[in-house]
Amino acid sequence: MSSTVADALDHEHDDHGPTKGIGRWLFSTNHKDIGTMYLIFSLTMFFIGGAMAMVIRSELAVPGLQFVHPEFFNSMTTMHALIMVFGAVMPAFVGLANWMIPLMIGAPDMALPRMNNWSFWILPVAFGILLSTLLMPGGAPASGWTMYPPLVLQTGDAFPFLIFSVHLMGISSIMGAINVIVTIINMRAPDMSLLKMPMFVWMWLITAYLLIAVMPVLAGAVTMLLTDQFFGTSFFLAAGGGDPVMFQHIFWFFGHPEVYIMILPAFGVVSEIIPTFSRKKLFGHDSMVYAGSSIAFLSFIVWAHHMFTVGMPLTGQMFFMFATMLIAVPTGVKVFNWVATMWRGAMTFETPMLFSLGFVFLFTIGGFSGLMLAIAPADIQYHDTYFVVAHFHYVLVPGSVFAIMAGAYYWLPKWTGHMYNETLGKAHFWLSTIFVNLTFFPMHFLGLAGMPRRIPDYSTQFADFNTIASIGAFGFGLSQLIFVWIVVTAWRGEKATDRVWEGSHGLEWTVPSPAPWHTFTTPPKARIAQEAFE
Amino acid sequence: MHENRSLTGRLLVLAAAMFGFGFALVPLYDVFCEITGFGGRTNATAAVVEEAPDLTREIRIEFMTTVNSYAPFELSSDVSSMTVNPGKMYFATFTGKNLSGENKIAVARPSVAPPAASEHFVKIECFCFESQEFAAGEERAMPLQFIVDPELPDYVDTITLGYTFYDTARAAANNPL
Amino acid sequence: MIRKSFLSLMGLLATGAAQADWALNMPRGVTELSAETYDLHMMVFWWCVAIGIVVFGVMIISLIKHRKSKGATPATFTHSMTAEIVWTAIPVVILLIMAVPAAETMVKLEDSRDPDISIVVTAYQWKWHYKYQDEDIAFYSSLARPSMDARRKQSGVDPNAVDNYLLDVDRPVVVPKGAKVRLLLTSNDVVHSWWVPDLAIKKDAVPGIVNETWFRAEETGTYRGQCAELCGKDHGYMPIVVEVVEPDAYQAWVDTRKNGDVAVANAAK
Ligand SMILES: [Cu+2]
Ligand SMILES: [Cu+2]
Repeated sequence: MSSTVADALDHEHDDHGPTKGIGRWLFSTNHKDIGTMYLIFSLTMFFIGGAMAMVIRSELAVPGLQFVHPEFFNSMTTMHALIMVFGAVMPAFVGLANWMIPLMIGAPDMALPRMNNWSFWILPVAFGILLSTLLMPGGAPASGWTMYPPLVLQTGDAFPFLIFSVHLMGISSIMGAINVIVTIINMRAPDMSLLKMPMFVWMWLITAYLLIAVMPVLAGAVTMLLTDQFFGTSFFLAAGGGDPVMFQHIFWFFGHPEVYIMILPAFGVVSEIIPTFSRKKLFGHDSMVYAGSSIAFLSFIVWAHHMFTVGMPLTGQMFFMFATMLIAVPTGVKVFNWVATMWRGAMTFETPMLFSLGFVFLFTIGGFSGLMLAIAPADIQYHDTYFVVAHFHYVLVPGSVFAIMAGAYYWLPKWTGHMYNETLGKAHFWLSTIFVNLTFFPMHFLGLAGMPRRIPDYSTQFADFNTIASIGAFGFGLSQLIFVWIVVTAWRGEKATDRVWEGSHGLEWTVPSPAPWHTFTTPPKARIAQEAFE
Repeated sequence: MHENRSLTGRLLVLAAAMFGFGFALVPLYDVFCEITGFGGRTNATAAVVEEAPDLTREIRIEFMTTVNSYAPFELSSDVSSMTVNPGKMYFATFTGKNLSGENKIAVARPSVAPPAASEHFVKIECFCFESQEFAAGEERAMPLQFIVDPELPDYVDTITLGYTFYDTARAAANNPL
Repeated sequence: MIRKSFLSLMGLLATGAAQADWALNMPRGVTELSAETYDLHMMVFWWCVAIGIVVFGVMIISLIKHRKSKGATPATFTHSMTAEIVWTAIPVVILLIMAVPAAETMVKLEDSRDPDISIVVTAYQWKWHYKYQDEDIAFYSSLARPSMDARRKQSGVDPNAVDNYLLDVDRPVVVPKGAKVRLLLTSNDVVHSWWVPDLAIKKDAVPGIVNETWFRAEETGTYRGQCAELCGKDHGYMPIVVEVVEPDAYQAWVDTRKNGDVAVANAAK
């Protein structure tokens, strides 16, 4: 009896392909379709946020105010950050998680398909609202993505819409994170133990817990801003006994783990790719897991390193400095393990590997400047300058974004069933690498020489490096069009094999290319599948 | 299916708890500030302390007054600084003035620097404990009675006490400018 | 690529010190603590360079030698307890070496005892107000007129033709050389931050809160800085200028200020 029911269900699955038309996407509960939508959404936001970066770099190309007013400039830096953080980087990783986690752990879909649909479709609404503030009286939010009061309370009509859109982004992320955790905990192939999970899955599991822990805290902080503005509370208003500095504490209690939310999945992606193209297993799988977990833990106790200039007792400064420096240890372990994975491998340099290598080099440079920033007395000089801008762009652009690109190239043949254009892929990598350094490396010098961040115009002594950075930024922006072309033409390439890469490892490569709409309707034997490739 | 639902439920509870934790950070932050002196907090209600003068040590107290957001007040201290012994009670007087032609209510927000001193600057009586009503154009002296705790770390020799005057009407209207 | 930028960075730093106007590095500054901060910065920087050379060096050797096209066959090792312990322990030791001098400097920075002069700095959108606690001196300090004219959008004025574009004020802060100057910072409206790189001082001015910091300038000269915390539309236009003068010149300045400038200060309100 029960077997016939199961058969019938299976049968229904086989017949049941995607519905036609827009309904397939609007009401989709299929992890692959939702993953695709996340990735397309993220790419769109990447270009919108990128266009704002181009406005910023145009204005800063030479001294003097040429194109925009200072208020609008501030709106651009604020919106650029919000869009890139919440609209481009985070949804890209959620997209990769949607596509790949079920395939990697041998699950038929995400555990909560309908919630999955909701968590995606909230995002376009959230960003529609956020972008609409550009047209509102008083302009778009211009207080920086950090939204410090009292400045943020001077936002015009856009203020409640800013808060509402941040709430929606938070709800979307939390639902996505819950889905990832439930999928990983409950839907793994029967003989895949937790510690045996692929590194991408592991890093996402940690990220998902971070998301659930801190996105609600951000929601709380912006809710307090909202009630301070409209409902007479004084959480952050000194006049009513509140404290504006408290917002900074609560914000960075969210904000520092947020940094790792944007980098841990990137660690996961490159930890999949480097072994494949080194034709060697990931070195120190377990220590990678422990390092990732320690980073996540430490991220909760270092928040005030963003606030060394705010006026802190000596003991506080000491504590936050030491805790922050400690993060260098597990981060170092990760880098060393990647290098050890490459060591005595048999490497080839396809585009995913190039982006991963670029990631390891350039993320490490961002790590170095991060270590410098941890030194509290020196941070007093670096804080709120272009040195900080250089630092976090190194970890986010050739860090997170390169890892996302690496993942996209790595799994694109599995998604489309065709090989992308390798020559163009390599060109995309080299141009991106050259221009990303041209853009962000000079910013270190600007910051050290005394240029504050978030200013629309600057003293003439900063002119040369700003011009170089602007040229680099335009070069980087244009280079990303190659990526769009590669993706659009990916369906024209030669047919991809199921295995795609010679050194592939893991369950996702046991399903056909392109991956059919339904996969693993019966659970695979994970160990068998993995051993097939050894 | 059942497993999924119960784990989802637990994670939702965790998310809700973290939302609550965000708000719980508000009182936690107050405690944190009182312990560490973060934010220059001092006691907001009258304290009762025994005098135990330490005549071997002298501390310089500097007063600083500000009016926020161009509020129509004047606030000044009658002396700009004084030298005190820890453990001994002192009085100081501040003068507030309503520059506008209407009745106004002001609140004074105290802040102490350096942070290490803030828990050791103890106010016995202070005009900042309550809001201050001013008739149009009124000028009034306002008292402060304080004691410096002898436990004050020895690397502090100067304490700055700052008061910022706010117009409560404006604060209520939440119009920051 | 990266190694190249690192090498060129080192080269630039070596020559950069000689060419003052092609500023690449943190200034050494004119206080004892600014010099210490600079040394800390350079120490951590060189550690990073050293670690970078080792890590990137190993990686590059591997990239050259262990490629499939060279006929490399993959090894099968997957972990090594010894290696993990070594590359956990060595960074911990290096971090300790960095942390000790950093902590020492931090302690000195917080020691604001025995100031010679106290100045109350109040930040406004978008100017600074200075009040000398023991003298009867108080004045606003805002962006100087020539910069003010040139900064407007498409003003037609070439910023290069303006002296100290965006870094000049109408009334600078004047302090004597060698004196310990204590700053008490607060704000009238939003959060600002008072920063002068040559003094290695950056402290937030927060409404309702008094913040304290200090410096002792050892050389006379004019030192320029800017507001460092985003404070609204003219955040980029509220510079800071500190003039450090000989003690008798300072006394002379105080005397003229007291006699003639109270009126000016009031007028500025
Ligand atoms: Cu952080
Ligand atoms: Cu500012």
